[in-house]
Amino acid sequence: MSSLQSQDVVARSATTTPSPSVRSTPQIAKLIDESKCIGCKACQVACMNWNDLRDDIGENIGVYDNPADLTPSSWTVMKFFEVEPENGSLEWLIRKDGCMHCEDPGCLKACPAPGAIVKYSNGIVDFISENCIGCGYCVKGCPFDVPRISAKDNKAYKCTLCSDRVGVGLEPACVKTCPTGAITFGSKDDMVTYGEKRAGELQERGFKNAGLYNPQGVGGTHVMYVLKHADRPELEDLPANPTISPMVSLWKGIAKPLAVAGMVGAVVAGFFHYMKVGPVESDEKSEGADEKEPS
Amino acid sequence: MTNSWTDIKNTDLVLIMGGNAAEAHPCGFKWVTEAMQHRKAKLVVVDPRFTRSAAVADYYAPIRVGTDIAFLGGVINYLLTNDKIHRDYVKLNTDSTFLVKEGFAFDNGFFSGYNEDKRSYDKATWGYQLGEDGYVKVDDSMQDPQCVFQQMKKHYSRYTPELVSKITGTPKEQFLKVCELMAGTAATNKVMTICYALGWTQHSVGSQNIRTMAMIQLLLGNMGRPGGGINALRGHANVQGITDMCAYSEVLSGYLGAPTDADDTREKYLAARTPKPLRPNQMAFSQNFPKWHTSLMKAYYGAAATPENDFAYDWVPKRDGAYDILAMFERMHQGKINGFICQGFNPLAAVPNKKKLSAAFIKLKYLVIMDPLETETSEFWKNYGPLNDVDPTKIQTEVFRFPTSCFAEETGSFTNSSRVISWKEKAVDPPGEAKPDSEIMARLFIKLREMYAKEGGALPEPIAGLSWPYINANTPSPMEVLREINGRAIADVLAPPDPKDPKAPRAVVVKAGEQMPNFALLQADGSTSCGNWIYAGCWTQAGNMTARRDNADPTGLGVFPNWGFAWPANRRILYNRASADANGKPWDPSRKYLAWNGTSWAGGADIPDMRPDAAPEQGVGAFIMNPEGVARLHAVGMNEGPFPEHYEPFETPVGVNLMCPTNPKAVSNPAARVYKGDLEAFGKKEEFPYAATTYRLTEHLHYWTKHSRSNAIVQPSPFVEIGEELAKEKGIKQGDQVRVRSNRGEVIAACVVTKRMKGLDVNGKKVHHVGIPIHWGFKGVTHNGYLANALTPFVGDANSQTPEFKAFLVNIEKV
Repeated sequence: MSSLQSQDVVARSATTTPSPSVRSTPQIAKLIDESKCIGCKACQVACMNWNDLRDDIGENIGVYDNPADLTPSSWTVMKFFEVEPENGSLEWLIRKDGCMHCEDPGCLKACPAPGAIVKYSNGIVDFISENCIGCGYCVKGCPFDVPRISAKDNKAYKCTLCSDRVGVGLEPACVKTCPTGAITFGSKDDMVTYGEKRAGELQERGFKNAGLYNPQGVGGTHVMYVLKHADRPELEDLPANPTISPMVSLWKGIAKPLAVAGMVGAVVAGFFHYMKVGPVESDEKSEGADEKEPS
Repeated sequence: MTNSWTDIKNTDLVLIMGGNAAEAHPCGFKWVTEAMQHRKAKLVVVDPRFTRSAAVADYYAPIRVGTDIAFLGGVINYLLTNDKIHRDYVKLNTDSTFLVKEGFAFDNGFFSGYNEDKRSYDKATWGYQLGEDGYVKVDDSMQDPQCVFQQMKKHYSRYTPELVSKITGTPKEQFLKVCELMAGTAATNKVMTICYALGWTQHSVGSQNIRTMAMIQLLLGNMGRPGGGINALRGHANVQGITDMCAYSEVLSGYLGAPTDADDTREKYLAARTPKPLRPNQMAFSQNFPKWHTSLMKAYYGAAATPENDFAYDWVPKRDGAYDILAMFERMHQGKINGFICQGFNPLAAVPNKKKLSAAFIKLKYLVIMDPLETETSEFWKNYGPLNDVDPTKIQTEVFRFPTSCFAEETGSFTNSSRVISWKEKAVDPPGEAKPDSEIMARLFIKLREMYAKEGGALPEPIAGLSWPYINANTPSPMEVLREINGRAIADVLAPPDPKDPKAPRAVVVKAGEQMPNFALLQADGSTSCGNWIYAGCWTQAGNMTARRDNADPTGLGVFPNWGFAWPANRRILYNRASADANGKPWDPSRKYLAWNGTSWAGGADIPDMRPDAAPEQGVGAFIMNPEGVARLHAVGMNEGPFPEHYEPFETPVGVNLMCPTNPKAVSNPAARVYKGDLEAFGKKEEFPYAATTYRLTEHLHYWTKHSRSNAIVQPSPFVEIGEELAKEKGIKQGDQVRVRSNRGEVIAACVVTKRMKGLDVNGKKVHHVGIPIHWGFKGVTHNGYLANALTPFVGDANSQTPEFKAFLVNIEKV
């Protein structure tokens, strides 16, 4: 949400100079075990409380999901899915939705505002509000449809993985509050190991396709799920194989050099124009008139 | 809970029925997930709705509301037919071998002794046969047709899987699957726990719902054992505390039966409540009743309670009739109550049939509200359009509102479902002029005492003589009150005489003025005082035991003996003697809780629920409070019969009790009290064809949290739930506004259309459910909504009078 003057940034949006990376921290991850989640929304409330967010009091639109979707003031919401994975077998899958903190973050890649999105060495992807220009490219760049632009200040918001808490050795607020231990937090390696163990236990319990959701299309994520049906993440509105939009790749890959060339060309052209024609004069009178308004 | 939250982790099977633990008790539910992950325990949920608990369960079976006894009676039949019982446990720990009176009978819906006019039973033919020695006659072979085991077998043989399915709507194979899972815990090394809540209590057969399950747990040998028990999950942080202190009319603190008009002398009162053992060598611990009661009277009246005045027995009110919650509002409705002090209670929202409640409040001269929040009750007189359509110009009731502090704004104790009393400190000061309830009551009392002293009045003694030992009379501190509840010695308490040398001087075990160490030393001669015998030991000479926060669990069995204080005697599992076999060896060596070490029961994981020196061969039963020494499969204390029997809810979507289809008088509980006017207000299935139930959501607590913005954000506005099939029939789509009507009122709310509620085949017809969450009203920061109890019927359980909120009839339509 705001810069913490951190010295462990490994990537910054739209910045070519090296990141301040004098310090490095271990890779962390949050693991959400949906088989233990009861959808109590304590994590939603903890998120609101820690981040001092109070969304509007909405309406019930015929579902348990409230607020119905992520908003600039709701950085995590529970999503409820009534599914019948096999004929006649009803399941109520409940998924805590929010930023996945991709290892290869599409938002950061897409962001044109220097330093508005940073990635720390621990893996957290954070939005730095004072640098955000509200263009919404991060929304397009996110394969999970997470960032939301605030109508109040025209800036993008999403889960910070409580970077302020994690930075001082605490777990994220949602992890701390989860009553059933469905959300755990630790080093990325530990969480992968634990997640795989849990998936194995679920397979024993009869969920043959239980598995860890740590999609490699975005380089893995720092928020992972243990899914009962890891073969079908789309049952609960998760992309089976998320990747960064080709448009972002195009912008960063082929288009960016062209754009840079275009910009360089414009500067060069401007230089020659200046040398040959002289400075562009502004309408001094009109500007001066503005300045002479009574103070 | 007979066991504790932390003990759930020891179980092999969790049954959630008559409750929705994940939804209503999310913090305690962690122990269910703990058992599932680390013990590979299975979770089974039986509920009309596929709930949040069902979402994480291994097995779910649907059931029609109000048919739990039919289901569980069927389970008993399954266990007995298939010999899936823990036979040694049953013989050791239940009355299965006891002979029942010859005259006891059950016929077509009625037990012997029914009086139709009084809607009650003469229990003379119920109960055990007594021999000439005063003890119950037994048949150890359990073959005598009069023995409880055979009587029970006969009674439940009628609950065949086919009939169970026809009544409950649970598909037969799903019912049998649940039976099979439960039956698996008849093995000595397997234990099941049951977590229930108001889904069982809030029925006209509520107490019997729980009893049926208790019988199952006894047959399976799961009572008194780690990972077992009958576990009532309490719905408020301190509702266990309010029941323990018995802030209602039928009992005094510590579950001591309150005197009635029939108990005109102390002698009679004590005699009726001091039972003799019904079998040899039994502790019949309630023989100590006079000690508990006398110590309570000393706590009430101090020096004014003397042997000469029968310890002020005459000053205590003698009940002349029913004063339970329904009876109270019935009296108010009849105009028999002038004033009402409503403390921490929002009856307009929380009691059935809002229309009746509203009419009752109008008849009051004055209404005093003590609450931290602006409750609906406090504004029953104000017009909120269709949500509360009253005419204030026609209401003369004067309403006073005293703002009180909220739980975090005062120091004191909570008692949780595990019976653990925990001390907590005040976090912030209350806002504005809000005061602790204790201060408001103290000031009121001081004022009344002054008025009695000055002006006199009828029977001033109970007020004038009340013990008021607080340093500041206007503000008794919670510490002073808890010390008083624990009790102290008024005179030196001496050790009992030595049987070998009765004339030897007796040692002083508690010095005059000291805090009592436990309830065992309470006396009936007025030398001790104790505000609640089961809490004795919570604040001893060593200090405040409830403030202990040692999270050590020496045995790893989730006992935490030095965390707070659990009543009674800091015991974490009740009846824990039953965790060991007849020889005192634990049934399951891997969960060794208590064992006879040759000389004593001490040294186990918990405080033994047994005289520590009672050698197994003495045959002292594990159920020490019962004069039988064992648990009751045949319980005379119940008002509608010693064996639980299925009766339909008072509003039934079937219209007939399939257990006795030819007896129209036994459709619903024949012993439940129904007031005139309420009978007429019951709806019929022809006009109201859908089975409705009310319930809580995890995002809210009752009618409080609608005042909190965070809660309002995560669950903002009222809704009801129906299944897809019914929605289609009625042309209702997701999110549509619908009107739900009962014969007493209506609510309008958004509709959640769900796959999680399916029509059930009941007696050849499809029965649909309508689910109604309760949390909205016309005060608070959520969107306003109709009070759900506009719909519910004014009838209660035949024993506890808990209202039947969980099964009634409605109709539904799109607005």
